[in-house]
Amino acid sequence: MRITQGTFSFLPDLTDAEIEAQVEYCLSNGWAVSVEYTDDPHPRNSYWEMFGRPMFDLKDAAGVMAEIRGCRDTFASHYIKVNAFDAARGVESLRLSFIVNRPENEPGFSLAREEGKGRRVRYTTRAYAADKPEGARY
Amino acid sequence: MSAPEQPPLDLDTLYRDSRVAETLEALDRELIGLKPVKTRVHEIAALLLVERLRQTVGLEASAPSLHMSFTGNPGTGKTTVALRMASILHSLGYVRKGHLVAVTRDDLVGQYIGHTAPKTREVLKKAMGGVLFIDEAYYLYRPENERDYGQEAIEILLQVMEKEREDLVVILAGYKDRMERFFQSNLGLSSRIAHHIDFPDYSDEELFAIAQLMLQNMQYRLSEEAATGLREYIALRRTQPHFANARSVRNALDRARLRQAKRLFEARGAPLTRDALMTVGADDIRSSRVFGGGIAQ
Repeated sequence: MRITQGTFSFLPDLTDAEIEAQVEYCLSNGWAVSVEYTDDPHPRNSYWEMFGRPMFDLKDAAGVMAEIRGCRDTFASHYIKVNAFDAARGVESLRLSFIVNRPENEPGFSLAREEGKGRRVRYTTRAYAADKPEGARY
Repeated sequence: MSAPEQPPLDLDTLYRDSRVAETLEALDRELIGLKPVKTRVHEIAALLLVERLRQTVGLEASAPSLHMSFTGNPGTGKTTVALRMASILHSLGYVRKGHLVAVTRDDLVGQYIGHTAPKTREVLKKAMGGVLFIDEAYYLYRPENERDYGQEAIEILLQVMEKEREDLVVILAGYKDRMERFFQSNLGLSSRIAHHIDFPDYSDEELFAIAQLMLQNMQYRLSEEAATGLREYIALRRTQPHFANARSVRNALDRARLRQAKRLFEARGAPLTRDALMTVGADDIRSSRVFGGGIAQ
């Protein structure tokens, strides 16, 4: 199942030209773009690994596309996303974040039930991929 | 089978519709002399127009390599032209964004192992879509020190100059003899540079015209005697050591402004007009040491 995290996640995968157009939009607004990767698809996993440093003061998307290509070459079967950070006063947070690479097979999630005190059931999701150790999941 | 009927192609309309004309006119107006540079820019502009025309009839139009090397004596306009080249190429449509990133060796070379590659790549990423200007490029290569990491920066540059030609234009600049030695030891770099442009020394007339343009920009004017004096000054200064073309002229004008200010200050009781504030008199020029055979300071 395709995880639907981030912007454009319900659309088919973006082509390189479309990714470049999105990055150009971010740069034209003066946002800093960064590339991150992970192999843990849980929706609460907000701390992905950074690939290189965030790119401030860039004028053109070619540099960012080179980073994305480098990340795809290194981590071909991880999730890779592109973030755009707006440093304007009052915002200081991500404006755009979309996935640019996915592993071939995404096993999906299972529902885990935990019975607690007074027979109360707590629910949580578990990713099937997390059964295997990091680095060997896809 | 005979060739299909070919409609006549109109280059003139394309020229008038594009922004090429105003860019070239601005270049001719604002930079004095520099014939080889202007010729080359005109050629690039013509190529651009012809490429566009070729595209309209379905012929292949590939972007030419635009990496350049500017060599010449001090003060001949290398850095000035490089700074303008970014906006010229952008208005001709050759580079996408038209910004200029000016670096020297320190911005490219790291201080320890593993530092150079990320540093150079950061600079290159910033320069993508525009022009990367490397001043005094020969300092990148230090053959006498084997622990120097300049060679690594050169390797990365070579790679990017070849593969990412449409994304980046690299301009190297420096003094002629040192650049020649630099190219001899880095043949790969020399061959990747399509345009080796030499900046000739300015003539006396050109230096005088530059002086007038500088004064106009600073909103000063020369009196007639001062103009004669300046011509003589330029001819004399050229024979002295450490002559730096336009830079020497700019320094001379700054000193003339100092003397003018001093003159006005010492006569500060007398009424002063706006014209007097703007005019540089003959004394302000002629009181220079150069006229007495001394060294310009």
